[in-house]
Amino acid sequence: MSSQLTRKDFLKLVGLGGIAFASGLGRAAFAAGTKAGYAGGGDDDFFFVQLSDTHWGFTGPKANPEAKNTLPRAIKAVNALKHKPDFIVFTGDLTHTTDDDQERRKRMKEFRATISKLKVKNIRLMPGEHDASLDEGAAFKEVFQQETHYVFDHKGVHFIVLDNVSDPHGAIGDAQLAWLKRDLAGRATEKPIVVFTHRPLFDLAPKWDWATQDGAKALELLNPFQHVTVFYGHIHQEHHFKTGNIAHHAAKSLIFPLPAPDSSAPKSDRTPVLWDAKRPFQGLGWRVVDADPDKSSFALTEKPVAGAL
Amino acid sequence: MSRRVGALAAILAAGTLAAAGCSRSGTPGSAADDGVVHISAKKFAFEPNKVTLKRGKTVILELASLDRKHGFLIPDLKLRADVPAGGRVRVTLTPDKTGLFPFRCDLFCGSGHDGMTGVIEVVD
Repeated sequence: MSSQLTRKDFLKLVGLGGIAFASGLGRAAFAAGTKAGYAGGGDDDFFFVQLSDTHWGFTGPKANPEAKNTLPRAIKAVNALKHKPDFIVFTGDLTHTTDDDQERRKRMKEFRATISKLKVKNIRLMPGEHDASLDEGAAFKEVFQQETHYVFDHKGVHFIVLDNVSDPHGAIGDAQLAWLKRDLAGRATEKPIVVFTHRPLFDLAPKWDWATQDGAKALELLNPFQHVTVFYGHIHQEHHFKTGNIAHHAAKSLIFPLPAPDSSAPKSDRTPVLWDAKRPFQGLGWRVVDADPDKSSFALTEKPVAGAL
Repeated sequence: MSRRVGALAAILAAGTLAAAGCSRSGTPGSAADDGVVHISAKKFAFEPNKVTLKRGKTVILELASLDRKHGFLIPDLKLRADVPAGGRVRVTLTPDKTGLFPFRCDLFCGSGHDGMTGVIEVVD
C-alpha cells in the first residue's frame, strides 16, 4: 500500500454495512496517511487496537509452545505501529482459569505487568469467563481496580463494555440490562455506539457455549440505534455477522485458534487447533480498528502474530 | 432466547432424589424400566456421556453433581437445567425426532469446562 491510499480507497476494498475488512494487508496498509492512518480522514477520525483471549498462564505445548511469548510479541508489534492508537482494548480472557484463587490473582498481576510495556497507556480491560466466572469477577475487580461493565465516550462514539461472564451461566443479568437501558435512554439514535464484550451476544453456536444466555435482551435494547457495532472475543477466530442493523466482529486469540463454528468436525467439543511447527503462530492475531464517527463507519485491519516482528 | 425452558422438558425437582426412590437398574446410558436415565456430573465430565433414547418415549433424566454446581444444556432440544453442588435435578424429555443431540455443561466450572460434553442419540 502506498501513502496515497485514501480512506475512500480503503473502504472500497471490501464493505459490509459501513465496515471494511483488510485481512493480511500488513502494517503498511494502516501506517499510510494521517493520525488515523489514512489521508483525507476527518478531524475526529481515530483508531484503536483490539487484542483478545490472551489466556495468560495457559500451558499446553500442543496448542501453543510459545504461550509466554505470544502476548509479548503482539505488544511489540502494537508498539511498532507508526501512529499510536487512541486506546487499546482487551476483550476478555486475559488469564487462563485456575481453581486456585491466589494463582488467579498472580496471573492477573503478571498480565498487568506484561501489558505495562505497551506504549499507549489508555487501556480498556474487561473479563472473560476464564477471569471471572469462578468468583463472579472478584479477583478481576480487586487486581485491576475497576468494574466489569462500564461506559466511556471518545470523539463522538459512545462505548459500552458489557459483562456477560461474571455470571457463570454466561448471562448479562437483569441488573446490568437495567443499567444498559438507563444508559441508552435519551441517546440520539443516529450517533454511533460501540459495544465491547467477551461472548457473542447472539446465538453463534450454543452447542459450543458460543452465546450469551440473555444476549437477545441486550440486542433488543440496542436495535433502535442506527449504528451499533459489537467487538468481542471468546471464539478465538475472526468472525463477522449482522443481526438487524448491528454488526458483530469477533477477534482472533493470542493463545490458540478454535475451529470454525460451522465446522463439520466429528467431535462435538471444540478442541483447539493444534500448533503447526511449520507455521508458528498461525491463526493468532490482533486487529486495528479505524473509526470515522462522522460516517459511523469502521475499517478493520487484521494483524498477524506470525512474522509481526 | 428460549434456552431455559423448552417445550419438551420440564424441571420436576431439584435435590430430591433421595425421596424419589428411583431404580438404578438398566443399561448405562439408557432408560431403566422406570424410565429414568441417571447421569452424573463432575469436573470435567458427564457419566455416561452418551445416552440412547427412543423417539416418542418419555424419559426422566436425573442429573447428579458429584462436586460443584454444573449446568446441563441440550441446545437443539431447548432443554437446560442447573445441577446443584452435591445435589440432583430431574428433567423430563420426550424426543420427537431421531438424530444426535450434543449436550454440555453450560455453567463455567474450570479449566476442563469446554470438554464437559456428551451426546444423546435418539433412535426409532
